[in-house]
Amino acid sequence: MSRVAAFFSARRNPRSISRGELFAVGILAVLVVLILPFANQQGWISNFSINLWGKYLCYALLAISVDLLWGYTGLLSLGQALFFSLGGYMIGMHLMRRIGDLGQYHKPIPDFLVFLGWTDLPAFWRPFDSFPFALAVMLVLPALLAWIFGYLAFRSRIKGVYFSILTQALTYGAALMFFRNDLLMGGNNGFTDFKFILGFDVRDATTQRGLFVVTALTLLVVYLACRWLNGTKFGLVQQAVRDGENRALFSGYATAHFKLFVFIVSAIIASIGGALYVPQVGIINPSEMTPEKSLEAVVWVAVGGRGTLLGPVIGAVAVNALKSWATRAIPDLWILLMGGLFIVVVLFLPGGIVSVPAKCRAWFAARRRQSTDAEASAPAVAVAKTES
Amino acid sequence: MRTPWKALFAGTAFAIAGFATTLSAADKTVKVGVLHSLSGTMAISETSLRDVLLFTFDEINAAGGIKVGGDTYKIEPVVVDGASNWPLFAEKAKQLLEQDKVAVTFGCWTSVSRKSVLPVFEKNNGLLFYPVQYEGEEESQNVFYTAEAVNQQATPAVDYYLAEGKKKFYLLGSDYVYPQTTNLVLLEYLLSKGVPLENIGGGFRKDGAGKIISAGKYTPFGHTDYQQIVAEIKQFAASGDACVISTLNGDTNVPFFKEYAASGLTAETCPVVSFSISEDEFRGLPADKLVGQLGCWTYFQSLNTPANKKFVGAFKKWLSTSTVPGIVKDGRVTCSPMVLSYDGVYLWKEAVEKAGTFAVDGVRTSLKSGLSFAGPGGTVTTQPNMHLTKNVYIGETKADGQFKILKSFEGVYGEPWLKGKFKAAAK
Repeated sequence: MSRVAAFFSARRNPRSISRGELFAVGILAVLVVLILPFANQQGWISNFSINLWGKYLCYALLAISVDLLWGYTGLLSLGQALFFSLGGYMIGMHLMRRIGDLGQYHKPIPDFLVFLGWTDLPAFWRPFDSFPFALAVMLVLPALLAWIFGYLAFRSRIKGVYFSILTQALTYGAALMFFRNDLLMGGNNGFTDFKFILGFDVRDATTQRGLFVVTALTLLVVYLACRWLNGTKFGLVQQAVRDGENRALFSGYATAHFKLFVFIVSAIIASIGGALYVPQVGIINPSEMTPEKSLEAVVWVAVGGRGTLLGPVIGAVAVNALKSWATRAIPDLWILLMGGLFIVVVLFLPGGIVSVPAKCRAWFAARRRQSTDAEASAPAVAVAKTES
Repeated sequence: MRTPWKALFAGTAFAIAGFATTLSAADKTVKVGVLHSLSGTMAISETSLRDVLLFTFDEINAAGGIKVGGDTYKIEPVVVDGASNWPLFAEKAKQLLEQDKVAVTFGCWTSVSRKSVLPVFEKNNGLLFYPVQYEGEEESQNVFYTAEAVNQQATPAVDYYLAEGKKKFYLLGSDYVYPQTTNLVLLEYLLSKGVPLENIGGGFRKDGAGKIISAGKYTPFGHTDYQQIVAEIKQFAASGDACVISTLNGDTNVPFFKEYAASGLTAETCPVVSFSISEDEFRGLPADKLVGQLGCWTYFQSLNTPANKKFVGAFKKWLSTSTVPGIVKDGRVTCSPMVLSYDGVYLWKEAVEKAGTFAVDGVRTSLKSGLSFAGPGGTVTTQPNMHLTKNVYIGETKADGQFKILKSFEGVYGEPWLKGKFKAAAK
């Protein structure tokens, strides 16, 4: 036990967080957690916008979960959408029960069950009447799935592109399963038309604002926790696994255990993101777990800056905000705009958006050096002229 | 010298105000939402609806616009892309209603997209016109369903088959809510018509008490292997008096009909009626594999009426001069969902003009009062249950992807609540 504790106590990495980042995060936190909700309450920011931002922040949680795996451990998981959706489904089940008899059929069980010919609630649905139970399952189920899958994958030393393919297959298989009506999880239509959460009307502006604040705080806590994790010895081993797994292995670290731990943690983070996403968006259905959705999250991370934690958050918000704007402003061409942007980022900005300040600084430094060089060489030219 | 800033400022303000008033007097506009997928898996179908809607708006604007309370309003479309992404549909619906404050929205294709936006429309008391055949079991006060209800497609098709002397019916569909509901309704309908249970193919699923809760054979989206199912149909159809009722959706139809033709089954030995294949789908499906198979819709492009010819001609002319980026101009056809979108816009215009307001409550009241519009598919009439009375046609597929009309049913009432309706007749 003390060996495990040692991994998480010693701060061996002094450069875990730069002052610039701390400053940026502080400003963003105050802006998002305090100023945005206040502005919304005063009516300066519309309910539509605050709801939209809530959605972006949920995506940011998903992006952090991808970054923890891909950016810090070198595991490109294309199955994060599955954990995100599972979290959403678990909370969704509770929200479905809270509709009561206000559905289309006015029966005490969810509409899709009435439609499938059920008159009583199936046994596995019953505990979801309780919010704490749904919350617990939301955390435990993805963790359990990640543990089983990760254990099998990492024990067999599956890595690189094979790990990506397997995780992609996992989420695709799950999506096909959830598409089936037999699973009693709503089939293709999934869950929608939610009415209440913890006694509040889920469509109400105040409830939506509350959900936004909860999402923002969760994101802040998750971000800080991941930052802290990266600063510990555990974080160093994690990065050692990314940079040279065999070396880490020969140095005596059971890399499989480290990877398994990170995989489970990131599954839980994704699941929390999904659980916050569903009441704000109002629908969860199997198309949310298709591999495309996982790929989208990878793109956000790449655009924002892989392996930086703050980058993925910025990437998720920026890409989705751009998508929201473009699907309204240029509905016929937006997909070209997005595609072009991704190409530009990959070609000219491999470090993502967060690398822009450093790039600018380097560019200015190079220019200054060039101009001083030019000054230094100017007399030489003059001399050469007189000689000719 | 004192600079006449004040006078200058006042003058400018007056000029701006004057300009603004002349602008608004000349061009009063009403914002109308268009919410379809222009990218993603559904784009191939839904882009056609966007096109026909823009055409309809242009047609109405060119004819003088909408007259409300002595003013004339031009339609200003707000097109958004739902991108075949259901949460995005909800977001875009919210944007249209809360930000753009559109008077009405025309949109959605899949049931799941409609289910996704429904709470948004109910919360904001918006109005959505929904144009694509659907499963019913829904009657929102914020949706007007120009779509075909199950009794405007499936049950007329069965009537046609029964009149043709068919005795055995095989039910096949994609596994989602529309086929599942349609087949349950069809099961009840067939039983009520005296067709015995053993003559209904595809299998049943029963609950613990032995009650049938699902009828027919289902395959997932994108399914490609139909060998076993076609073999089963062949055996089922050996007696020569069988037919297939298909609610297969999208590109799974290609492998199914290929396998069907390969097994030696034909439209003569065992016809297939499909509810999800219209003229527009044949832009992506091989029509030659389906020659002789049946379709059932409330409109076919081949309808030989002056109203339809005018509509098809005007739409093609509009297409040829359209400047919408990326619009497809070649090989375009018209189909039922497009015409029901077209009818929807005109019915909304009529309702607004009758109510004298764009406010949803007033428009809804006049929609419920039984408005009629002589559309390309024949006269359609609105009903108090927010559905539409319309003609139903049975057509036979031709090699060019058009339909030869075999039979028509005039003025069929749209009935969304059909489950359990035919049970009494069975006893």
